[in-house]
Amino acid sequence: MTKVLRTLWKHVARSARDLAPIILVIGFFQYAILQQPLDNALELVSGATLVLIGLTLFVYGLELALFPIGESLAYALARKGSVFWLLTFSFLLGFGTTVAEPALTAVANEAAQVAAAAGAIGDTDEARSRYVLGLRITVALSVGTALLIGVLRILLGWSLPLLIISGYVMVIAMTAVAPPEIVGIAYDSGGVTTSTVTVPLVAALGVGIASSLRDRNPMTDGFGLIAFASLTPMVFVMAYGSIIKWI
Amino acid sequence: MDLTGPALKTILSTAFDVLPIVLFIFLFQVFVIRQPIRDVKRLVAGLVCTILGLGLFLVGLEQALFPLGRLMAQQLTHPEFLLQGTERLDFHWSNYTWVYVFAFAIGFATTIAEPALLAVAMKANETSGGAIHVWGLRVAVAIGAAVGVSLGCFRIIAGLPLQAFILVGYVIVVIQTIWAPRLIIPLAYDSGGVTTSTVTVPLVAALGLGLAETIPGRSPLLDGFGLVAFTCLFPIISVMAYAQLSALREQLAHRRKSRQGRGTESTSKEAI
Repeated sequence: MTKVLRTLWKHVARSARDLAPIILVIGFFQYAILQQPLDNALELVSGATLVLIGLTLFVYGLELALFPIGESLAYALARKGSVFWLLTFSFLLGFGTTVAEPALTAVANEAAQVAAAAGAIGDTDEARSRYVLGLRITVALSVGTALLIGVLRILLGWSLPLLIISGYVMVIAMTAVAPPEIVGIAYDSGGVTTSTVTVPLVAALGVGIASSLRDRNPMTDGFGLIAFASLTPMVFVMAYGSIIKWI
Repeated sequence: MDLTGPALKTILSTAFDVLPIVLFIFLFQVFVIRQPIRDVKRLVAGLVCTILGLGLFLVGLEQALFPLGRLMAQQLTHPEFLLQGTERLDFHWSNYTWVYVFAFAIGFATTIAEPALLAVAMKANETSGGAIHVWGLRVAVAIGAAVGVSLGCFRIIAGLPLQAFILVGYVIVVIQTIWAPRLIIPLAYDSGGVTTSTVTVPLVAALGLGLAETIPGRSPLLDGFGLVAFTCLFPIISVMAYAQLSALREQLAHRRKSRQGRGTESTSKEAI
């Protein structure tokens, strides 16, 4: 029992250390710079407590479920030896986790407003919701493609820097031709696609595949999947913006 | 304050976000891999922990920290605050010192608290056999994110083109890639996408929007974007820099040691 309590305490203490900077920053700016009293200190304390418990539970669940699931699936798929199923799984994982991502929906809604204001689409609810749906599917497709290319890279041993740098070149090239109002949203969409649940799964998947193959190094070949997932949405969203605008 | 209502709602919506992933993995396990799942009890317990944890985490943020962060972003960018001590209303970028400091501090603090980054750092530590420290990686990423948010705010205030900054950032990444230790490159590339998740995006977006709203000639829709992209790009640079610095330090220490070794050797020869 004491052992359980001690582990629990260790987890909670670690979470507290993770959250301390936020509390410090907010406290410092509130008192020293803005010089305003906190009129809802109780809310802040109860909120911080919830965040603390939440982070502790999340990390615990990570080690208990998300990491083992991602790894055992990667091993099982690699042992099955079917490249087709491995790639299908990667694509569907990327597509499925992104299409329902709340952060993406929020960004897509803002993007629709921008597009309507710029005159790329009609300023009606119907046109906007069609645009939002199109954008969400575009980004989900791009993340699916990213994981597919990323897993293919691990299997075939392609050079990661070379692929990423060609991705950068594509981003720059697309920026030159895409309508200017989509560029900011496209750049931001790269960051919002990778959610808190997807990241651990994808990291475990990559490392799992790389360590189940004999001549792959889990460190240099296993990582890099998330990099693709935050790069391709930029290219795809700019392509989407251009197609909507020019056709 | 009653938190049960929003807490239940958030946990339920988190569960709905996670459910499709779980269902998809389950179907794959049953129909493609065709093997029974081992340790079902452990996995279910872990998933419940994950969902409950993420839910509570978000409720806490939504209820207490986000409103405050957003409010502070608004207050710091408000002309009234900026005017303290000056007579003339001037939107020159040099008058926004506290905004840059706040952007740096909040970028650093939220990145340290980002659960997705913690997950990747744990994985990297495990995979590298302890060579990459969880805390060191997180601090390196957080410094990158902090610089990114700060520089992004400067860009919005000064009204400079987003593309130019991103292009320069890419060039730096490419140059660093040539010299950075091989081991760190994939992890560095990954750390960009990992930085921007649940905690960082809402606060950083609020900051950008606040800035674009208060500065004349900026449109929140056009200029408010781009901060997340900055937060994504700079950790790549800082993580590679961190690895380069540790490699350099190791090299120096090694050289010093070998020189010392040679030194004692020569003195011992002299003694003979």
